[in-house]
Amino acid sequence: MDGLDTLKAKYLSAVATAADEAALEEVRLAALGKKGEISAMMAGLGKMDPDARKAAGASLNALKDEIDAALRARKAGLADAALDARLRTEWLDVTLPGRPRPRGTIHPVSQVMEELTAIFADMGFAVAEGPQVESDWFNFDALNIPPEHPARQEHDTFFMHRAPGDDRPPHVLRTHTSPVQIRAMTEQGAPIRVIAPGRVYRMDMDQTHTPMFHQVEGLAIGRDISMANLKWTLEEFCRAFFEVDKVELRFRASHFPFTEPSAEVDIRYSNVGGQLRIGEGDKWMEILGSGMVHPKVLAAAGVNPDEWQGFAFGMGIDRIAMLKYGIPDLRAFFESDLRWLRHYGFAALDMPDLAGGLSR
Amino acid sequence: MKFTLSWLKDHLETGATLEDILYALTDLGLEVEEVTDRTARLAPFTLAKVLHAEQHPDADKLRVCRVLTDEGEKQIVCGAPNARAGITVVLCKPGDYVPGIDVTLGVGKIRGVESHGMMASERELELSDEHNGIIELPSGEVGEKFTDWLAKNRPEVVDPMIHIKITPNRPDALGVRGIARDLAARGLGTLKPLDIPAIPAAFPCPIRVEIDPALKAKGCPLFAGRLIRGVRNGPSPAWLQARLTAIGLRPISALVDITNFFTFALNRPLHVFDAAKVHGPLRIHPAQGGEELLALDGKTYALRAGMMVISDDNGPESLAGIMGGEVSGCTEATTDVFLESAFWDPITIATTGRALKINSDARYRFERGVDPAFTLPGLDLATQMILDLCGGEASDLAMDGAVPDTTRAYRLNPARVISLVGMDIPEEEQRRTLAALGFTLSGDMATPPTWRPDILGEADLVEEVARIASLTRLEGKPLLRSAPGVPKPILTPLQSREKAARRSLAALGYNECVTYSFIDEQAATLFGGGSDAVRVDNPISSEMTHLRPDLLPGLLRAAARNQARGFADLALCEIGPAFHGGEPGEQHLQATGLLVGQTAPRDPYGSRRPVDVFDAKADAEAILAALGAPARVQITRKVASWWHPGRSGTIGLGPNALATFGEVHPRILSALGVKGPAMAFTILVANVPLPKTKTPTRPALAISDLQAVERDFAFVVDKGVEALTAINAAQGADKALIESVRLFDQFTGEKAESQMGAGKKSIALTVRLQPTEKTLTESEIDSVSARIIEKVTKATGGTLRG
Repeated sequence: MDGLDTLKAKYLSAVATAADEAALEEVRLAALGKKGEISAMMAGLGKMDPDARKAAGASLNALKDEIDAALRARKAGLADAALDARLRTEWLDVTLPGRPRPRGTIHPVSQVMEELTAIFADMGFAVAEGPQVESDWFNFDALNIPPEHPARQEHDTFFMHRAPGDDRPPHVLRTHTSPVQIRAMTEQGAPIRVIAPGRVYRMDMDQTHTPMFHQVEGLAIGRDISMANLKWTLEEFCRAFFEVDKVELRFRASHFPFTEPSAEVDIRYSNVGGQLRIGEGDKWMEILGSGMVHPKVLAAAGVNPDEWQGFAFGMGIDRIAMLKYGIPDLRAFFESDLRWLRHYGFAALDMPDLAGGLSR
Repeated sequence: MKFTLSWLKDHLETGATLEDILYALTDLGLEVEEVTDRTARLAPFTLAKVLHAEQHPDADKLRVCRVLTDEGEKQIVCGAPNARAGITVVLCKPGDYVPGIDVTLGVGKIRGVESHGMMASERELELSDEHNGIIELPSGEVGEKFTDWLAKNRPEVVDPMIHIKITPNRPDALGVRGIARDLAARGLGTLKPLDIPAIPAAFPCPIRVEIDPALKAKGCPLFAGRLIRGVRNGPSPAWLQARLTAIGLRPISALVDITNFFTFALNRPLHVFDAAKVHGPLRIHPAQGGEELLALDGKTYALRAGMMVISDDNGPESLAGIMGGEVSGCTEATTDVFLESAFWDPITIATTGRALKINSDARYRFERGVDPAFTLPGLDLATQMILDLCGGEASDLAMDGAVPDTTRAYRLNPARVISLVGMDIPEEEQRRTLAALGFTLSGDMATPPTWRPDILGEADLVEEVARIASLTRLEGKPLLRSAPGVPKPILTPLQSREKAARRSLAALGYNECVTYSFIDEQAATLFGGGSDAVRVDNPISSEMTHLRPDLLPGLLRAAARNQARGFADLALCEIGPAFHGGEPGEQHLQATGLLVGQTAPRDPYGSRRPVDVFDAKADAEAILAALGAPARVQITRKVASWWHPGRSGTIGLGPNALATFGEVHPRILSALGVKGPAMAFTILVANVPLPKTKTPTRPALAISDLQAVERDFAFVVDKGVEALTAINAAQGADKALIESVRLFDQFTGEKAESQMGAGKKSIALTVRLQPTEKTLTESEIDSVSARIIEKVTKATGGTLRG
């Protein structure tokens, strides 16, 4: 079958030299098309005797497969070359900017409130809330600050207008989050563990004061909760919040009408080149006020002070946010300067949790 | 409260260092605010002697001195006129810091002559303003430390001044003796006894005193005094002046200085009348109202009815317990003085003081509570001091009323103390502490001393014990979880939603702001607020007079500020309370977003376009979805007046409004100075209904393998027809088969009207049909399509667009 070898050589050469897909298709039609040379030879097999047909058929089939494979390979090769050629023309300046996406931010006060919540939730504290316009009974009387007590004067209270003829004492903008203690205990009774973060108001505006700021109240009432438990709770909180291995707190006797004994709490820190470091150094900074809830406060909220006892504390949220994140000026918190919001704000998905850490 | 170390040592026998005392004060709850200790600054300076002084060869006013110092003879050039041989001087050496001139000395050359230090004037060492010459000491050895010399010869100069903060519960610590008592109880020394002299009566007191019956029970239980005649009221002695000067008081005259001394030493405010100017008896009575009194501060006060005054026959002479009157006050010419010591009711004093806005040392103390039992002993001690310093002789006692009985006793429960404080303080120590503070213990009952009006219950005993024991010693003890195991979630649904809204807003690109809860009246009024009910009576500024009725005004003001800084494209949000009334609880949570300017910065892809209503709507819908609001809601045009009437809507469920979105009314923008337009939305977070069932399980997923079919329809309708009408109509054509209807195009404007007729527009809907049982046939699709066309044309009055 020398003829077949010649045929094979002819077509394989034609496949190899086909310049493009059209030329290749011509080769395919000439060899394997319905009227192609090999197809015609296949058709001629029918006239052969069975033995000859068997031998010739096998050879022809092999030839057909070989040419077919060569056609396919060449076709793929041509397609690749064509794609390469096209891609060579497709060039973009990839240093162009990506499409703009807005980048929103969470205010540091909100972020820190979520941090506080995450830590205290783990210690079993729920989040309680109360109104910001408060009756003077909740804001003062129930907290053992009677009307003429000098402590009332020290609160720099904002009073709400009273209509003529309305003889009730004027409502106040709550001067602290402590009235939430009364509301929470009145609603839930004891035992209870809550924190109450929120806005508070004092008539004070200067370098370091704004007429509105944020506080978080803590309250834990049980059968035998002591001031030592308070200290541990605050130590644990500060360690977790400031994300340091250890903190040192100093309790200093003080006076708040609604706690007894009362203590102001200082935290040890250092100031290295203007940078505050919590937990080291030889300086002390006051960070909160605290104490054992006064029996009169428990009684005002309907909790029997002979059966229940516990602690409360109040801490400035803006202040600890400033400490933790190195924010210099309190007033800027409420000015909504876009540059400030972007610089000190947090990304939407920076959600504080204990498993992943509070801050990135 | 200010005092000096030596003043403290009048009452406290102690070997403790200043540092130990300061630490203990703060730890005891008497927080040290400031200490002025001159010894630290004067520590480097030593005494020296000028051996020889001669004219500087090159300067008329300078002398070249040879000075004997602890380091041998030195040459010092000096410009003082009194620099001469033989005087003992204070030497500042090279390297020393001289406080009065704020200079650290070096070796200098003055007009060609070397100078090894300087000899100081009083002003250069901040001792006084004296600068006419260098200090010449009358005694002292070369090399002696100047501070040591001062301690021996002028102790008041190196007497450290201590300023402590007194909490309102500690009136007793408004006297030096009370502070000493605390320190003694802590173990820093012993309280020195206070001997009360017996004052012999040389004559009967010519001035009678009389308390109005209306005041005897409460306002003024006790009023006493003595006339001392023949006094000389000159300047007080140097030691007394030094004490008062050290704590910032100006010495006036011996009589006045003595009253001030007792105010601070023993928390016993007194008053001195010039007896020659008192006519008739002194009556303590409530003012009728309308009287006037020229007080010692030089101001005239109009008295209101009920204020306590001390009057003679001429009328009011003194504002009881607050401030004396000018007319009957003592002067250098006073020879007969009436010394008053009284006990006033704290609340009455506080009320009057506040009404008249007088802040005096006397008011400060009486309103916190002075020791009623010390009224007479204090009078005796002060009488003695007047006799000692001013001479004269004292009358017998003029007195009305009696020391009020404040006796009360509380149970000391040592176990409860330990339980509350969490510190193991032995019972014996507890009792010793209370006794040291002046409590009388009888069995387990403790009677507080008369100078502690703040002790009003068992809890106060606990505080005293804990305070003296030192809370610094407190060691933390773990607070066990209230229940074992994994803690339960603690946020309320509303709290979770607040958080979800905040995080979603930030994810959508908003910058969260926290703005003030109070805004100016104009802005409040524009947003439906500004009534008297939400007015702050004592605002801190005219920008903060009314509680905000809405979060938008605050954000708009913030936008205006940012625009002024050159930031035109803004996406601001706030989540917080808005106030619909002035009663507690009349507040509700809003989540508000504000878009101003363009959607994006300029870029090569044309991303930038002005923000529009549908940006705000999309964001509002995204937040509502994050809060779990149902997908199907109604949109109405019922909006408040601060929205653009044609370009805003309210998203609601029946009568329950969930949110409003749209363009802010241009009039509002111009009133608040915002360059518009501005888009916004406000979500009423609490109005979003909570899910009916609270289970994490999702309903089963129903998906069909059958091919869904989409068909598009275009309708020509009147311009005013709302898309939702068409969508809802289409949806209603076959509720089972139609999975969704979406508007995908609209054609409006001049070109559209020229094609379709004036006042017309075209809207195009795509309807997705999802069969559930068998594949749809063409005829089934045609019949649904026909129903859709019929429903939509009927609902909108439009026609299918050919």
